Amino acid sequence: MKLELKGITKRFGSLVANDHIDLVVEPGQVHCLLGENGAGKSTLMNVLYGLYDPSEGEILVDGKPVVFKGPGDAMAAGIGMVHQHFMLIPVFTVAENVALGNEATKAAGFLNLDETRRKISEISKQYGFHVDPDALVEDLPVGVQQRVEIIKALVRDAEVLILDEPTAVLTPQETDELLDIIRQLKAAGKSIVFISHKLREVKEISDIITVIRRGKVVGSADPSASPTELASAMVGRAVSLTLEKKPAQPGEATFKVRDLTVVDHNGQHVVDGLSFDIAKGEVLAIAGVQGNGQTELTEAILGVQPHVTGSIVLDGVELLGKSVKQVLSAGVGFVPEDRKIDGLVGTFSISENMVLDLYDKPPFAQGIGMKPALIASHAEKKVEEFDVRTPSIDVAVGTLSGGNQQKVVLARELSRPLRLFIASQPTRGLDVGSIEFVHKRVIAERDNGTPVMIVSTELDEVLELADRIAVLYRGKLVGIVPAGTSRDVLGLMMAGVPEHEAELTAHKTLEGGTHV
Amino acid sequence: MSTTTTQSGGGTPAGNAPARPGKTGATELVSWKAGIGLSLLAILGTVLFGFMSDSKSAGFGIAEAANEAASSVAALVTFILALLLSVGLGYMWFARRRSGRASGSASVPGWLPPSTVAAVVVLGLAALGVAKVSKITLPSAAIGWIASVILLGLAGYTVYLTQAKKATPRWVGGTFAAVFLIGFMVWIVAGGNGDEPSISLAGLIAGSVTLAVPLVFGSLSGVLCERVGVVNIAIEGQLLLGAFSAAVVATVTHNVYAGLVAAAVAGALVSLVLAVVSIKYLVNQIIVGVVLNVLISGLTSFLFSTLLTADPDGLNKPGRLPPVDIPFLSDIPIIGPILFHQSLVGYLMYIAVIVVYLGLFHTKWGLRVRAVGEHPQAADTVGINVNRTRFWNVLMGGAIAGIGGSFFTLVSVDAFSKDMSGGRGYIALAALIFGRWNPIGAFLAALLFGFADNLQSVITIIGSPVPSQFMAMLPYALTVFAVAGLVGRSRPPAASGIPYVKG
Amino acid sequence: MSESNAPRQENDVAPERPETLDDEVVLDLALDTADGAMAPSVIPATSQGGQIPHAAGGSVFRQIVTGNAMVSVLSVVLAIVLGGILMAVTNPKVAETAGYFFARPGDMLTEVFRPYVALVQGSIFNWAGADTAAQLYPITETLTVSTPLILAGLGVALAFRAGLFNIGAQGQIIFGALFGAYVGFTWHLPFLVHLLLVIVAGFVGGAVWGGVVGLLKARTGAHEVIVTIMLNYIANFLLLFLLTTPAFQRKGSTNPISPFLDQSALFPELLGPQFRLHAGFLLAVLATVFVWWLLKRSTLGFEFRAVGANQSAARTAGINVPRAVILVMAIAGALAGLAGIAQVSGTEKYLSGGVAASIGFDAITVALLGRSTPWGTFFAGLLFGAFRAGGVAMQAETQTPIDIVLVIQSLIVLFIAAPPLVRAIFGLNPRKKKKATGGPGSGTMPSGKIESGAATA
Repeated sequence: MKLELKGITKRFGSLVANDHIDLVVEPGQVHCLLGENGAGKSTLMNVLYGLYDPSEGEILVDGKPVVFKGPGDAMAAGIGMVHQHFMLIPVFTVAENVALGNEATKAAGFLNLDETRRKISEISKQYGFHVDPDALVEDLPVGVQQRVEIIKALVRDAEVLILDEPTAVLTPQETDELLDIIRQLKAAGKSIVFISHKLREVKEISDIITVIRRGKVVGSADPSASPTELASAMVGRAVSLTLEKKPAQPGEATFKVRDLTVVDHNGQHVVDGLSFDIAKGEVLAIAGVQGNGQTELTEAILGVQPHVTGSIVLDGVELLGKSVKQVLSAGVGFVPEDRKIDGLVGTFSISENMVLDLYDKPPFAQGIGMKPALIASHAEKKVEEFDVRTPSIDVAVGTLSGGNQQKVVLARELSRPLRLFIASQPTRGLDVGSIEFVHKRVIAERDNGTPVMIVSTELDEVLELADRIAVLYRGKLVGIVPAGTSRDVLGLMMAGVPEHEAELTAHKTLEGGTHV
Repeated sequence: MSTTTTQSGGGTPAGNAPARPGKTGATELVSWKAGIGLSLLAILGTVLFGFMSDSKSAGFGIAEAANEAASSVAALVTFILALLLSVGLGYMWFARRRSGRASGSASVPGWLPPSTVAAVVVLGLAALGVAKVSKITLPSAAIGWIASVILLGLAGYTVYLTQAKKATPRWVGGTFAAVFLIGFMVWIVAGGNGDEPSISLAGLIAGSVTLAVPLVFGSLSGVLCERVGVVNIAIEGQLLLGAFSAAVVATVTHNVYAGLVAAAVAGALVSLVLAVVSIKYLVNQIIVGVVLNVLISGLTSFLFSTLLTADPDGLNKPGRLPPVDIPFLSDIPIIGPILFHQSLVGYLMYIAVIVVYLGLFHTKWGLRVRAVGEHPQAADTVGINVNRTRFWNVLMGGAIAGIGGSFFTLVSVDAFSKDMSGGRGYIALAALIFGRWNPIGAFLAALLFGFADNLQSVITIIGSPVPSQFMAMLPYALTVFAVAGLVGRSRPPAASGIPYVKG
Repeated sequence: MSESNAPRQENDVAPERPETLDDEVVLDLALDTADGAMAPSVIPATSQGGQIPHAAGGSVFRQIVTGNAMVSVLSVVLAIVLGGILMAVTNPKVAETAGYFFARPGDMLTEVFRPYVALVQGSIFNWAGADTAAQLYPITETLTVSTPLILAGLGVALAFRAGLFNIGAQGQIIFGALFGAYVGFTWHLPFLVHLLLVIVAGFVGGAVWGGVVGLLKARTGAHEVIVTIMLNYIANFLLLFLLTTPAFQRKGSTNPISPFLDQSALFPELLGPQFRLHAGFLLAVLATVFVWWLLKRSTLGFEFRAVGANQSAARTAGINVPRAVILVMAIAGALAGLAGIAQVSGTEKYLSGGVAASIGFDAITVALLGRSTPWGTFFAGLLFGAFRAGGVAMQAETQTPIDIVLVIQSLIVLFIAAPPLVRAIFGLNPRKKKKATGGPGSGTMPSGKIESGAATA
């Protein structure tokens, strides 16, 4: 099946997300869409999948124009999509999720899940998936959930499969498995649209690369193009892939975590016996695949996790058992991983958000009365300092772009003297310009002599910022390695392989030459 | 390398990180809550049923057969059937359990234990019928103390389990509730006036079912709406407008069945406003619900005061839907009158519960409905029209609640009066939550509320140690207790209350 | 398109997609729900008191035409018109006069407008009154009736701002009245001291009953809507029970009513004995100022609003969410409790089973109409007070049942909650017509919108 997009334009109000995009996907081809966050890749695919109406332009299947009024039409035309955030219902079983929208039924509309189970095992056998049709989706690891998504598309006889940032949640090894699956699908004659901003994967898997920037196609590239070439095409200017920073000047270790264990409401040890130190003026990066205890670790330090044992000492003071307010008062700056949910009150103005954790402290408050004038002038100052692009400080923060929102969070957290700075996924969803800004600020804080802890699932970011790297796997510390450790070793460690073993294996694989 | 890595995705069902242990529902109660809650109740029970027990005995009338001969035959047949069923189910349970234990996985289906218990209860009742026992008399002090000991024992067991960090099994809660209920009934009846106070058990239960009818319809409406992601506070309004329309249309057309249809239409009409305003215009669903209730209350009261009182014969004399006996079955003692001596609305209730249950959990329609209520975006991406599904479900829920409303004017009383639903829509809402968004659960919860309601009026007649206001308070207090203690952790459909906008 | 794959009903997409709402409504929703991650609060933060400034902006004219103030006025007009139609249709005299409408149109119009004339006469100014006092009596009556509505409305509104739906004002009023009345008729103290204590008792009573809700919500996660509904019933039955006990029942009476409160425990009449207006109204004004200060200028209010708008962010910022929930419910309950005091120390002067009337439920509509801002609630309370006071006069004068007031009130709130609906009815929607089918050119945003957005940004 040949799929063509002609002059697709999508506007949201005054924002043009896609600007006259042309794209051709040939059968049996892996077509990569490369572009940084916010470039309009996902919007384009949502148009293609019938979730959005295009403002202009048309879609052609095998040369004939089609109009998709909803995903149902797109699926009927043979297009399947694996969304970045899985579209699975957590309390349903695999079979129910696969059946949904495409149900086999017995008389009177009663479900025939056996039929669905049969199809699932058929496809599982063909592509070597190991999926139990009766498992609840919420109990499955993300890698398996992703396979359920792929099965969903294959059950519907998809000929074109769109994968939107499929590797964001996977370990490097799971990523390799996924790439294998993609090769199999390609061999079976399916077309794949692979959306990513990660150069390595794109180079490895694609037959053709289309680069999108600010909603426009800026050109296509060959997989053999060099990474710097691709990166500058993606960003629109020459980018140095590394951050300029001075070597760390670590001082005394003022932040000490010992035997930290967090138990969740199901009784699982989501953080299991962690011990590490962070010295003044160094960045410790916590690496690991999403969901290996990073969130719980940072939340335990902040004091919002209920069942925590062990010890967290900052400047000789035990933080464990203290309220969030006390922890913040002890000088902890905290950038949560999800700024929309944990970092900002979307409907509050910028100035209110700038004092979200300082609202009751002098000079912003005296007793229980607040000082609106001071809060406003503080906000003006910070908006200036952190270059937040906004018409006014009274604008609801939720209406700002992601980068500007993150700047508000950073401005707030860095606006008081810190004894420890924690940032979770500080650049998730940001464009390159904002990423550079955030990284510079983080390093500046380090150079101020603050111990800094960065949690990131992006290996690039970890390598860029870290002075030391701690790798978490299933709540346990796999090891702490120096900044210069190779990607392959880190990748193996993220899958739970201990440091020395990982080094040996990585060495062997490199010699074998199978790994890129 | 491959030993650890390639398996990380697919082959770790027993892995410790993401898999949750609670699949079998072993953590039924939040540990400390169960222990403390049951202990408090056990102490309360001991004080009331034990220390404050009366020396009198409590009588429970069983048989009130209209037709002695038919009744005893029916009782015998039921007895035999119940015996076979109990033995069959009991054996199945036992066998499944043993095979389950052997294979190391729980394989007793969830429906089996309660069905077995139900069969045994029916068996017991039938046995009483066969033995022609017309009345059971129980010494209240003895029963009270026995109940107290069992309650304390169960509470102690729960505390022990909690301390040992084990989950409390389901049966503990069930048994506790049953024993508490028996102790309470004996205590309260024995406290009545006269030397040997007694009440009719059959009458009590049958009355409870009758009072529960509008509650069941209302809570089913709630289930249908919440399962699809729309909070329906407007149940009260749906019941009330259903009652009003049934009365007026039945009077005007001289046809009670036309009244029934009109009630369904009226309920759906209320839903239509709810659906349009909350789904299309994205107004908070709770607000719309509350406001609709006020609107319907005002509207029906206004029309009642102007039109209906001006011409009661021409507009407000609907006539009644008579009870229909199902031959033979209605003669079974106790069970007969409850299940098989109902008005058309009563039978519709049973049908509605079963249809909604099967529909939601075993059909294509139900799968889609639940998907929309849990994760509308996911439903959208597989081609399900989220807002249209919501729209139709809300409409259907309204129609069901409307039929429930017709109960007031076509079955209970044969005329409409101001605000005659009397807050039952809100109780239905409580039943829905109590029943954990499940049609069967909502049905049972509604029965419990109907029971408490009926008990209050029965107790007022025979006199009781508890002021009637406290009896009246009971269902509400129970709901607060349940919402805070037991149901607080059960989860409603994830997208309930959140409007859906594409993209 | 839809014909081609018609066989499967459910898969078939509706012939016309749901109309695209104003960008603004969608944007607001995204704000209120953090992009669908959480349920929006009852009065979404975006609709609390005026427009939330968007980064995109909008033209000034547009804001006036489509803004909240305009929508509020239009909603009231619309509801009054619909109420008028309802009254006209059910009034046999209207039908009668309609028969000779073309001969004497005045008759029918008089008949149609009679109830509303009576309503105005009973709530604002009675031009037929014999003297100034009689002419002004209606407006004082409106203020009197508004007093508990405003107080209870503030209680509901305050809870709304913390994202809690307080349906329990009814029970909280009862508890306030219960505590206050007890102090009022059992203790015998000098004037100001006694009244002050009664007020404090009412405050505490309401705070206890509201605080219980907050406590259950914070500690066990019990849904406040369910809990408050249930607590209303419990409070009501408790009141009925207590009124049969010697401590509360009037000596020598078999009715469930309490003794009269001491004269020293009553609010002084503001305009002399011929008017019912009492100092409780001043209390309502003070309470409005207090709530305004609390929400706008105090750290506590900041916490409440933050918890209401985004609990996770509030928690991460160090706000003690359970404490805020308990406190806000206690204060909300206390405000409703003061409404109970306005009843027992102001108008009723004794405690009876009907002390709360339906104030607790009316308070919800008052708070909704006031968009849960303090002054909005104040004026909404005045409006609904006028409806109530005028409704009584209307019923006496024209035999129009006072229930019509409920209809009008709820219609107002319904319309106000759905600004796009009102705008659509009055043809004020700023968006251009969209073509029904997708395809080239469809779904483009009106270019005017883009320009105006760009101009102010």
